[in-house]
Amino acid sequence: MATLSPDNVPPGNLLDRRAVAAALLRDPGDMLVVTGLGSTTYDAGAAGDRDLTFYLWGAMGGAAMIGLGLALARPTRRVLVMTGDGEMLMGLGALATIAAAAAPNLAIAVLDNGRYGETGAQASHTSLGTDLAAAAASCGWRATATVTAEPELEPLRRRLRSEPLFAVVRIAPSEPPRFLPPRDGAFLQHRFRAALGLPAS
Amino acid sequence: MPDTQLHEAKPALWPDAVFAVLQAARIRQVAYVPDAGHARLIERAHADPAMRAVVLTTEEEGVALAAGAWLGGERAVLLMQSSGVGNCINMLSLIANCRMPFLTLVTMRGEWGEFNPWQVPMGSATPCVLQAMGVHVHRADHAHEVAGMVAAAAALAFDSSVPVAVLFSQRLIGAKAFRQETP
Repeated sequence: MATLSPDNVPPGNLLDRRAVAAALLRDPGDMLVVTGLGSTTYDAGAAGDRDLTFYLWGAMGGAAMIGLGLALARPTRRVLVMTGDGEMLMGLGALATIAAAAAPNLAIAVLDNGRYGETGAQASHTSLGTDLAAAAASCGWRATATVTAEPELEPLRRRLRSEPLFAVVRIAPSEPPRFLPPRDGAFLQHRFRAALGLPAS
Repeated sequence: MPDTQLHEAKPALWPDAVFAVLQAARIRQVAYVPDAGHARLIERAHADPAMRAVVLTTEEEGVALAAGAWLGGERAVLLMQSSGVGNCINMLSLIANCRMPFLTLVTMRGEWGEFNPWQVPMGSATPCVLQAMGVHVHRADHAHEVAGMVAAAAALAFDSSVPVAVLFSQRLIGAKAFRQETP
């Protein structure tokens, strides 16, 4: 079986994760954003902390399904789940559940570095043969994309705001300085709901 | 149902009463892993235009879905079997950390008249596992108490922002009948 040392960069994984996050989250407006634990939470925080971004610091494998519950509850808003390959792999069944539920206002972007960045850059399954975009397509997602180059990011940003798209963005396995957004779950919940005009209990 | 009877003889009336409670509690998202004990609730949820029934591949998806629903201003319920409770353990930290309401209705296996030994370990551990993750546990053994218990559980969950499970005992549901097919 093929394995990777932390020094090897998989071919095609060249994009800088912070630049990708900044491009995809640019001008977020009233978009609802859910991020997966670890690096995508830091990336989204670095791109600009906001009330309508719900950061996960745990609950690994849950980001996409939180996005679905949100998208069904708020059918007139766009919902974007931005997560990593390891987080998506832990909740792979959600690709089938979400495709079956067919929420038109939900899109997922996986920042795929082929690594478990939080734990020592061990190779993830996307470095070992799994193609998440192909997995999504075979689960019934009609629109999938794999992006590897900077000029594709702005068209991808537009698609993520307008269609139920599952996108993989191949990023370099770098570890930029940590940006730590708020991590208290109750705080994040209350400020998110308050920003939607929902009452506190 | 007399106590000497192991298996459900005719369709019970309490599932419709439970469904009426879910409607009255303004539940909008009904997440489920297919289950015989919840079959009537699942059918009613699919038929109700005010509800969205979401079939899951595994139960922890339903915990995350319920969290997303709450963030967006809707109430959800997770319907599952006791075996699925084990799949939810870490995802329940989402509910605890975020101090969100959470309601789940759990059909019990591995207890009253169980035929399949593979259901017994998780069935026995179900209340302990839920309580260990901070979930309040109610248990219904008799048809006459089910609807009222679910109403109280929904009120506790959504008014006091805590996770609540109602266990539907195997005695209430009727043990699943296994029959050997003879050629």
